Amino acid sequence: MALLEVKNLGISFGGLKAVDGFNITIEEGQLYGLIGPNGAGKTTVFNLLTGVYRPTLGTITLDGKNLVGKGPAEICKSGVGRTFQNIRLFGKMTVLDNVKTALHNRVGYSELSCFLHGPVYRKKEQEMTDQAMDILKVFDLDRDADTLASNLPYGRQRKLEIARALATNPRLLLLDEPAAGMNPNETAELMDTIRLIREKYHITILLIEHDMKLVAGICEYLTVLNFGTELASGTPAEVLNDPKVITAYLGE
Amino acid sequence: MKKTSNRQTWYYAAVIVISYAVVTILLKGNLLNRQYTSLLVPIAVNIMLAVSLNLVTGFLGELTLGHAGFMSIGAYTGALISLNLGKTEVLPAPAAFALALLCGGLMAALFGFLIGVPVLRLRGDYLAIVTLAFGEIIKSVINSMEITNGARGLSKIPLYSNYTNYTVVFIIMVLTVLAITNLMNSRDGRAIMSIRDNDIAAESIGIKISHFKVKAFVFSAFFAGVAGVLYAHNVGLLKPGTFDYNKSIEILVIVVLGGMGSIRGSVIAAVILTVLPELLRGTDNLRMLLYAIVLIAMMIFNNSKIKEGLMMNRTFRKLGKKEA
Repeated sequence: MALLEVKNLGISFGGLKAVDGFNITIEEGQLYGLIGPNGAGKTTVFNLLTGVYRPTLGTITLDGKNLVGKGPAEICKSGVGRTFQNIRLFGKMTVLDNVKTALHNRVGYSELSCFLHGPVYRKKEQEMTDQAMDILKVFDLDRDADTLASNLPYGRQRKLEIARALATNPRLLLLDEPAAGMNPNETAELMDTIRLIREKYHITILLIEHDMKLVAGICEYLTVLNFGTELASGTPAEVLNDPKVITAYLGE
Repeated sequence: MKKTSNRQTWYYAAVIVISYAVVTILLKGNLLNRQYTSLLVPIAVNIMLAVSLNLVTGFLGELTLGHAGFMSIGAYTGALISLNLGKTEVLPAPAAFALALLCGGLMAALFGFLIGVPVLRLRGDYLAIVTLAFGEIIKSVINSMEITNGARGLSKIPLYSNYTNYTVVFIIMVLTVLAITNLMNSRDGRAIMSIRDNDIAAESIGIKISHFKVKAFVFSAFFAGVAGVLYAHNVGLLKPGTFDYNKSIEILVIVVLGGMGSIRGSVIAAVILTVLPELLRGTDNLRMLLYAIVLIAMMIFNNSKIKEGLMMNRTFRKLGKKEA
């Protein structure tokens, strides 16, 4: 059975149908790309999948379980992690604390321990720090563990966002333009990192991207969105040579 | 990592012991005149109020202007308990006072919950106005209730927490500061700060925003209530007028000057701003003018290179690593 199944998804803001009749099926372990011109509704799809918006139509199921109507926090607990197009880090907290915050639902202790800092607190905090440092190491962010997140350079902030999303232990990871604003070297490095985390953590990835080199390089399957509806789906080679897609991007 | 946290524990312990020793020496050596001994408990009360308000304003990032409301609920609850129990000798004085502290805190926490739930959807200026209104409503209700003796207020409250019992006050104050410091260095504290920094991202990693907002409100109200009980048993009489919005603003000024989200800053600012009006008493007409100048000077210092330089200094940086 597919990990994520979206059928006939739609949302209207007033009279505007931002997303209409959107379908997507993602198999376990796939690396899936969602592309489309500006304003096509890609980020809106992400917001629908993560519960930021409630769809007016359609169904979303993760591993057979319904996600429609659940809040973002619940959907995160069901196993969907995400990053944002415009970086949303916890700027006044350290890099390490950013990741530890994401471990909130995975390593727990009581309220009393929060106040008293007894042995349980110390043991669990150590556990959280170790887990967080492991994740940071994958992204080569461990040397910046004590830096405030807002003081990181842009490229590393992007990485930290992915690290934070990974810390929630998602089965499906949604990346919203992970390479936005990166130079070609950084993009190449990012591609390697995405491949690496996919193998290391055995997760399924759905990503939005404008950088065609990145999309063609790592995605196994693509869906093109235009004006809120699905324009084409298939392997990168098929889709990127589809006349409809070329028209949508470049015009007649 | 481990080393830093150990050093920090020692640093806290040293600060606590030294400040207690200083207060003891000043009192036992009769180095303070009456004017200043009467400031000791208000300093502790203001520290508790500032640190608890910092939890909501500095760490959760929501501006509230009704902190004096929570304080008054605690003060009246505690005072009524010790007036009814302590005096009739149903309970020995320490037990009555302990009960007063607990009930004062819990009653304030209950109101923190009641006000926290409906105003969750509000933010920024709207929340500030609603909490301001809440403070005024509490004041009016207390003013018109029979049990609180209306505008005449409560008097002859036993002085369990005046300066002769400064040890008790000191311990409660230290416990409050430690409890909130510990909370902010725990998973709940991180959740609260993540909401301040970016609520959408916080939700996306599984933090229940409303849950933690109410939690922060309740904890903050609890400690404000306890501070209110200490206040009531220090001055011995309560009047509703004491807890108007001026009091809330006064606490907010301490938090802002000490630095939003800095517990150490709140403590230092609370001491300075409680003592300052007394120090300036001699200057008579110029008092409020000088007070304002000092506020501005502190604000400038807070954002200055001098403070930055101090923070970059090796020893200072080690001491303040977590908080700066």
